[in-house]
Amino acid sequence: MPVLSYIQAVTQALKEEMQRDEKVFILGEDVGKRGGVFRATDGLYDEFGEDRVLDTPLAESAIAGVGIGAAMYGMRPVAEMQFADFIMPAVNQIISEAAKIRYRSNNDWSAPITIRAPYGGGVHGALYHSQSVEALFANQPGLKIVMPSTPYDVKGLLKASIRDNDPVLFFEHKRAYRLIKGEVPSEDYTLPIGKADVKREGSDITVITYGLCVHFALQAAEKLAEEGIDAHILDLRTVYPLDQEAIIEAASKTGKVLLVTEDNKEGGIISEVSAIISENCLFDLDAPVKRLAGPDVPSMPYAPTMEKYFMMNPDKVEKAMRDLAEF
Amino acid sequence: MGLEKINMPQLGESVTEGTISTWLVQPGDQVNKYDPIAEVMTDKVNAEVPSSFTGVIKELVANEGDTIEVGDLMCYVEVEGAGSAEEKPEPPVEKSEPGKQESSSSEAPKQEKPKQEKSGKKRYSPAVMTLAQEHDIDLNLVEGSGRGGRITRKDLEKIIESGEVPKPAESKEQPAQKTEPTQPSTPQAAEANVQTGEGDIEIPVTGVRKAIAANMVKSKTEIPHAWMMVEVDVTNLVNLRNAKKNQFKKQEGYSLTYFAFFVKAVAQALKEYPQLNSTWAGDKIIQRKAINLNIAVAKEDELFVPVIRDADEKSIKGIAKDITTLATKARDGKLTSKDMEGGTFTVNNTGSFGSVQSMGVINHPQAAILQVESIVKKPVFQDGMFGARDMVNLCLSLDHRVLDGLVAGNFLARVKEILEKMSEENTSIY
Repeated sequence: MPVLSYIQAVTQALKEEMQRDEKVFILGEDVGKRGGVFRATDGLYDEFGEDRVLDTPLAESAIAGVGIGAAMYGMRPVAEMQFADFIMPAVNQIISEAAKIRYRSNNDWSAPITIRAPYGGGVHGALYHSQSVEALFANQPGLKIVMPSTPYDVKGLLKASIRDNDPVLFFEHKRAYRLIKGEVPSEDYTLPIGKADVKREGSDITVITYGLCVHFALQAAEKLAEEGIDAHILDLRTVYPLDQEAIIEAASKTGKVLLVTEDNKEGGIISEVSAIISENCLFDLDAPVKRLAGPDVPSMPYAPTMEKYFMMNPDKVEKAMRDLAEF
Repeated sequence: MGLEKINMPQLGESVTEGTISTWLVQPGDQVNKYDPIAEVMTDKVNAEVPSSFTGVIKELVANEGDTIEVGDLMCYVEVEGAGSAEEKPEPPVEKSEPGKQESSSSEAPKQEKPKQEKSGKKRYSPAVMTLAQEHDIDLNLVEGSGRGGRITRKDLEKIIESGEVPKPAESKEQPAQKTEPTQPSTPQAAEANVQTGEGDIEIPVTGVRKAIAANMVKSKTEIPHAWMMVEVDVTNLVNLRNAKKNQFKKQEGYSLTYFAFFVKAVAQALKEYPQLNSTWAGDKIIQRKAINLNIAVAKEDELFVPVIRDADEKSIKGIAKDITTLATKARDGKLTSKDMEGGTFTVNNTGSFGSVQSMGVINHPQAAILQVESIVKKPVFQDGMFGARDMVNLCLSLDHRVLDGLVAGNFLARVKEILEKMSEENTSIY
């Protein structure tokens, strides 16, 4: 099976979907001739032409708005926000229009748009290039938020997102783009949106996380295995709506749960996960549900020391996992 | 000469590794800070890596064509002064010894661990409680492997798996506690239960202290105490006393205290309200004719209540003299039992140690005790305007068997009236 980087899996999924369905088209800033600032759409302009890979003005509300309109007319747009941080001008389009159109029109209309955006820090990107924005959208019924961790999941879930009949926010960790590599089947496949995935079986502690932090947890788990601590790791993959069944099962399995995100702590995705666990798993819990997250400060700082302090890393995860195991 | 490392720098957002395409230096080359030392290729950019130091290239760790993660070592540079990378061959990271515990799950409880803290022993998680109930496990008999000796869910799961469940019936600790005979709750038993810690000082209770304790317990347990308080404006009294005190001291040789005025007023009011000057005697109440007022005099850890005899027959000067004499005797340890006998009512000068409100314990077998508190200057609303007045609280504890609120209230009101009327114009000290 070929080994692809995270971003190559993005490109491959886009390419295959555009080949499969001519209604699929891409729009965004620098996605055409340049192939995207991260090169996610590299080569697609040459293969599919300017009508299907559209370079847009620097106007995110327009990117989302045009995409939503096209989606309502039967197209399958894949809009790219150059950085997740830039999605803010498009929030009204996404929340007020895309998320609600099926409900508002009594099922007459729908907006099957996929909005891709690179999120996350650890790349010296500072304020406008490091944020995690998933929590902002994670209480909008009608939206789905997918945040894959591996190239395999990227391909299967991006294809599923494009084929989904409702709007999907597809957040890709920009540091994972070239850091994470993995085997990806060449053939066509999709993975179910809304399903979490056990990335490691274990019996001592449960780590529930998503995105790049899944890899931090896996690395930490390997180290802890040498000390006899056996970690169970659940990758949420879809952070909204959450896979409650998988969360309850994973939490109940060990009764000691660590939740990890690089987003700010308060009001994040993992806070909701924590609520699900406390609602359902009281009599299986053997320790307080722990959250490991970024500090509640406005943004990822630029200074490397400060960024390191803010950013999640395998050492922080390992420390928290050991602490919980010893409880 | 010191040694410094040069690591793969971050060459752009999302770039996590770089491939060295060409080394631009060789070991032994002199480089200046910021001189390019290598060309590095990433899938995003091609760039030159600058030297972070001025010095001589010592060793190229990475070869051309190697792909190196951001932050990993590329080469060593020898620099002037002490470097930060002296320990070049990094010591092999020792695996932490807990690794050896691996897969010894069944022996876990038998591991000889040093005596540890047991603070977590009795903290049970919901999961532990649930398992203990479902499998009828006596948690007192389970050795916890968690922090502070906490019993973990895993500890119980291991026990359940092993089938050796400690049942409550086999408990060895509990009977030991239950065999202790339950003692009657006498005061002695209570005292016996007081534990002393290191550094505590034991003081044997003897003499006066013992008598005080016995009297207080008798008074508080036997007499149903009720309590009330009035506020008295003694501005005129203060003026009076201030006007006289220096001359008095000069003439008489002792101080003219406020307390003498209060005792005088109380004696006068008691004459009018003899109910207060009485004793509970089971099937009867005895009203005393004599007005013998106990005053409380404290001496270090002792408390005496000597008596001012026939206070109603004495002038303010006479009372002041008695107070001085008794206080001096108390301080010198020269009080005789005769000085203490025959009290019918007690006046306590709590104001002398700054109290503004207190609940006295009645001097058994009397019917009441009056506490004279501190005189405090206060803004008082009077005649349609505020004025600075000298105010004092009088607190009365009364035996509710003998007295009711009405008579006690009338008595206090009378004391108040007498005190408020004391002024230079109408009060003689002699």
